[in-house]
Amino acid sequence: MAGAVLAGALREALAAAVVAAGLALPLLGFRLVDSSQGLSLGTRLDWVAWAALAVGLGRFLLTLSRRLRPASPRHRPSAGAVPAQADRLRPWAGWALAGLAVTLPFLPFADRNLVDKATLVLIYVMLGWGLNIVVGLAGLLDLGFVAFYAVGAYSYALLSTGLGWSFWICLPLAGLFAAGFGVALGFPVLRLRGDYLAIVTLGFGEIVRVVLQNWQDLTGGPNGISAIPRPTLFGLRFAANAPEGHRTFADFFGLPFSGEHRVIFLYFVILGLALLTNLFTLRIRRLPVGRAWEALREDEIACRSLGLNPTNIKLSAFALGAMFAGFAGSFFATRQGFISPESFTFIESAVILAIVVLGGMGSQIGVVLAALLLVGLPEWFRDLQQYRMLAFGGAMVLIMLWKPSGLLSDRSPTIRLGDRR
Amino acid sequence: MLRVENLHSGYGRIQALHGIDVQVPEGEIVTLIGANGAGKTTLLMTICGNPRATAGRVLLDGQDITRLPTHRIARLGLAHSPEGRRIFPRMSVHENLQMGAVVADSRHQADDLERVLALFPRLKERLNQRGGTLSGGEQQMLAIGRALMSRPRILLLDEPSLGLAPLVVRHIFDLIARINREQKVTVFLVEQNAFHALKLAHRGYVLVNGRVMLSGSGAELLNNPDIRSHYLEGGGAA
Repeated sequence: MAGAVLAGALREALAAAVVAAGLALPLLGFRLVDSSQGLSLGTRLDWVAWAALAVGLGRFLLTLSRRLRPASPRHRPSAGAVPAQADRLRPWAGWALAGLAVTLPFLPFADRNLVDKATLVLIYVMLGWGLNIVVGLAGLLDLGFVAFYAVGAYSYALLSTGLGWSFWICLPLAGLFAAGFGVALGFPVLRLRGDYLAIVTLGFGEIVRVVLQNWQDLTGGPNGISAIPRPTLFGLRFAANAPEGHRTFADFFGLPFSGEHRVIFLYFVILGLALLTNLFTLRIRRLPVGRAWEALREDEIACRSLGLNPTNIKLSAFALGAMFAGFAGSFFATRQGFISPESFTFIESAVILAIVVLGGMGSQIGVVLAALLLVGLPEWFRDLQQYRMLAFGGAMVLIMLWKPSGLLSDRSPTIRLGDRR
Repeated sequence: MLRVENLHSGYGRIQALHGIDVQVPEGEIVTLIGANGAGKTTLLMTICGNPRATAGRVLLDGQDITRLPTHRIARLGLAHSPEGRRIFPRMSVHENLQMGAVVADSRHQADDLERVLALFPRLKERLNQRGGTLSGGEQQMLAIGRALMSRPRILLLDEPSLGLAPLVVRHIFDLIARINREQKVTVFLVEQNAFHALKLAHRGYVLVNGRVMLSGSGAELLNNPDIRSHYLEGGGAA
């Protein structure tokens, strides 16, 4: 028995090593040698051998660990009743994370750099939560989500630079515009599902980017829009000197001016926006609208026969998801002070989608963890330089091996017996 | 209560129904039996507006509902439990039932839930469990219970016996008879399991290749020699 397992694992390891060697040969096996006679082609067969060995060993251990305990309950997330343990843990973890997020800028080890990176992560958390409405709850695969982010960013940039309106007036408008675009996208794709929907949304995202790139008169084309005003706190500016008739934040509170104030203020703005998104999603999941989204994801025909109008359900999901992306977009614009179409490429959509999928579709805390992992880690490990993307890719493969349905894939029900809140 | 007149329907260029006439009087159980591909499911789906009828009319309490979209029809007191149960597998039993109540007045919801759970005590035990983890018979109960949550006056059931063990089938049919008797819900039942379905029915129709070949009271059809040889003997008659 044990011998057969061992032999099987060895066979698989050998096969994996051969595949790895085949892949590594063209990728790692050759290099250009710069010598006095010019460039010549050298080989690096030892690297190929190391790669094959590493993959073979990893495969061997993985196979062994799987065969030796095949009935681990962890691998059956859908069995039986909703797990009680995760349920008791989840709200607690959520509050702990929220508490940490609120106190983060005041912790002793928090410097400007850390707060800045946390702000970036929070933007993606918010985008992930927005997309979670569309993909995780309503089950509509959207590959062009960045379009709404772009609409929000350009709405704020154009309104503030063109009309001089403040961030706090433009923010809801940007959300509204983005929601309008969400409906505009929603209408033509009402009849599509799955792969077909994904293709059309992908195209939509590209259309928005290409329009931004080419509508020189309005958007400045590839040059983008610069000198986007920063947000104020009830009219107080975050700057060393205020223009006539205005006051600065530092002056008002009698503090010495520091650049950190603005960074921390921006951090709290995005934290507030993100928490708003989260609160909204948690609330709406308990309401008929939110439940209808989930029901639509499960079975559209059943929804219809129960008297639900799929048109309204889909459009509301698209519109609300887009609205939050619009908020995040206008925050992005005000934080950067400069936007161009380059910030809104397909890879952004892919990262946001990866955050949702990796977090476990529909899981709010999963999105936070995945955003930390996908956006936070690459930022923190910039020191690894050229190995950064390798480590990143490897981490994703490992997660999908261990947690094939996302980091937190258990869905908690929106209602329980005896739960009369 | 429900009247189908000369109904034609199909998918694209393929016609599945060739002029169906069916009447479902108030308070009765009407059964439609037929072999695979006879057009049973198509008839129910066409009554619900998807696919659209190409000719003919569907009348609910005298109101023409032929051209209404599916979700509007469901709001007129007609509940449809589709073929293959189609419960929401990742949502809990409780949430599934609540989804059935979206068109109903939310003030009745607690009462309706109690009423449905009294009918299906098994669902009460499994209220917080995911729909997908129920057994086939329990899922069928859930599908029927979900349809009942909207307080329908007429219930369309599409093959509730599909894929269930004989004992479970009998239990489901008993429940259907109870729903009709105790809750005064008119039932239009589409089945392949002719024996059980006709025994239950006040009236029956036999559908062959998109046409109604025979109709009569349940007992008449059950004793009809043609029906016996085609649908009962060697079939699920035991």
